[in-house]
Amino acid sequence: MNSAQENRFWTPNTILLLFAILVGGGVALYRLFYGLGAATNLNDTYPWGLWLAFDVLGGVAMAAGGFIIAAAIYLFNWRKYRPIGRPAILTAFLGYLMAVIALFLDIGHPFRLWHPIAMWQIHSIMWVVAIHVVLYTTTLAIESSPMLFERFNKTRALTALSKIMVGVVAFGVMLSTLHQSSLGAVFLIAPARMSPLWFSEFLPYMFLISAIAMGLAMVGTEAMLSERFFGHRVDIEIYRGLARGMLITLAILLVAKIFFLIRSGVGSAFNGSLPGNMYLLEIALGIILPLLLLTNRRFRTEPRAILGVNILVITGVLLNRLNVCLFAMQGYSTAQGAGYFPSLMEFLLTLGIIAFGIFLYKMAALYLPLFAKPIEPSGR
Amino acid sequence: MAINRRDFLKASSGGALLLASGATVAEAEAKELSPDAVGILYDATLCIGCKSCMVNCKRVNTLEKGGALYKPGRDIPYNYKGDFPIWDEVTELSDTALSIIKAYKEGTGLNRNEVENGFSFVKNHCMHCIDPACASVCPVEALYKEPASGAVIYYRDRCIGCRYCQIACPFGIPKFEWGSNDPLIVKCQLCHHRFPEGGYSACCEFCPSGASIFGPVKELREEAKRRLSLTYGKYYDFPVQTVGSERKLAKQASRYIDRIYGMTEAGGTQYLLLAGVPFDMLGFNPQISDQEYPELTWDYIQKVPALIVGLLLAGAASYYATRNRDGEDKEK
Ligand code: SF4
Ligand code: SF4
Ligand code: SF4
Repeated sequence: MNSAQENRFWTPNTILLLFAILVGGGVALYRLFYGLGAATNLNDTYPWGLWLAFDVLGGVAMAAGGFIIAAAIYLFNWRKYRPIGRPAILTAFLGYLMAVIALFLDIGHPFRLWHPIAMWQIHSIMWVVAIHVVLYTTTLAIESSPMLFERFNKTRALTALSKIMVGVVAFGVMLSTLHQSSLGAVFLIAPARMSPLWFSEFLPYMFLISAIAMGLAMVGTEAMLSERFFGHRVDIEIYRGLARGMLITLAILLVAKIFFLIRSGVGSAFNGSLPGNMYLLEIALGIILPLLLLTNRRFRTEPRAILGVNILVITGVLLNRLNVCLFAMQGYSTAQGAGYFPSLMEFLLTLGIIAFGIFLYKMAALYLPLFAKPIEPSGR
Repeated sequence: MAINRRDFLKASSGGALLLASGATVAEAEAKELSPDAVGILYDATLCIGCKSCMVNCKRVNTLEKGGALYKPGRDIPYNYKGDFPIWDEVTELSDTALSIIKAYKEGTGLNRNEVENGFSFVKNHCMHCIDPACASVCPVEALYKEPASGAVIYYRDRCIGCRYCQIACPFGIPKFEWGSNDPLIVKCQLCHHRFPEGGYSACCEFCPSGASIFGPVKELREEAKRRLSLTYGKYYDFPVQTVGSERKLAKQASRYIDRIYGMTEAGGTQYLLLAGVPFDMLGFNPQISDQEYPELTWDYIQKVPALIVGLLLAGAASYYATRNRDGEDKEK
């Protein structure tokens, strides 16, 4: 019942993906041999750039769909979402994998990536984040493994896994919730260099809420794409449920955003500065417009229309991560006389990493039972 | 029960992270200045801008014995070789400059320590915060505050190069060796490598004017307060090199801005500054508050254990509550 028979490996898209991966791999090697300064435009006032803001923060946010759907299926027992469980969890795993690859290349000493596991420093959010990444990537690998076991008919492993699955999921949901918010908490230390448009003591929770919006949008988009490319039918009720969830999340996000805007002074958003404009763009594109669209019935029930909303939300949240990590610091860094625009290599590697994620997803869709229902917890 | 951050660390490193639930972790206490803490007082009104501190800072820190700039095979000259050795001309702190003298100039720039038509020097290097943000964010404790001296030092073999310290430091002090593929974080470490042999900060030892003096932070604070109380234009004795030094220079007191920079900034620092020109104008970020920055992230981290337990319980509760829900669309 696998759609693999109808889909070929060699398509123009695959070739394009492989090419992007190859180029990205070249950049990665260059960075490993010649260092960060040679490969990137980073500098002392912009120590974090595109790789961190987009690949790491964005990649992790994109993975949020995994824990939302896992929680819905296993913890809330909303069984109608089972058909999209596997793709969502796989995307989460790939999102984290991409983040880890980017992190590996972004830190100054890639081969010391393991240090936080051995050298504890519990005061550091970065340490908390690192431990989360390790544990959660492992958890996601376990959550995705039934696909492999099924493919290779390892029934014993499957039964064993089904016994612990609920526990694994609960652990994963806990980790992921904390991880999304901890990534926001990373920036709590920097009120002296961040614009109050983004900085607040609620940054961790803002990250969590926007990650949920992003997760819902990602799951919806994937379901749509799998329908289109792999001929896999998705129940319309699923789209409706996701759209409803999105409406609620975005509404909460908007209220919070407006609250912090008023608190930090409305003027800072409308003074025509770069951070101000980026802020407006983020809110208009990623929150207000999708909200307006969602109040229209069509955009909650018609897959194609929902896809448009989803893309807006994804863009909005990615913009938010770029804003928090880069544009929020623009005022400070300009005062220091520094600027930053990513180098070609930074863009190429980012493209390569994205292509790698899509490629793996495609391979899983072709050769693994990705669209089968996830295994039942044995408790039922 | 109040647990401060260090006790919490002890309790949790035994694997009890989960057990020390958030409820028992009360507000972290403010960090205290160590009684043996040492630091630097820089008086911009005395500085003559000779940059002797910069040159000697570089010289002693490129020496093999623990110098912050020393790296096998790397040559960071404090004077460039050639027929005529010359000093390098850095304009910012960088991976080759731990300290820097900058100048403020306005209008004609003729009046010393005046805002209008005046000039002033200022010396930048690590502030050795009493509660350093850089050390609190470092995931591997590569940056570390020595408990006794309070010097914030760097263990290069631990550092993973994540550059979180650069984001966290409110003063923008840590610099990264971008050009190297075996990069270091570079910052002033108070010349702590000279302490064991009775040495002290080179920038103070080689300061001819008494603008930079080294000593116990408590005494430096007293000295700074004394200077703020001096009468403008009268002659007073100013110690040279160290705060308790025998060598003193008699100088006319300048008009000071009534602020000891570093008394309260970022929760207090072991580097203190006095000046005749407001510190904003000397390049200090006005967004820096008296906040102990590590508290901001700690407030969050201490909630984590409770969140872990809470989320797991909520997940389990939800699973058992909804387990028998059947049918495909009973949701909502
Ligand atoms: S000034 Fe910056 S680098 Fe120095 S101790 Fe404070 S936080 Fe750390
Ligand atoms: S760059 Fe090095 S010293 Fe700075 S926070 Fe990261 S690991 Fe610590
Ligand atoms: S204390 Fe030492 S390292 Fe720091 S600025 Fe002075 S001379 Fe340089």
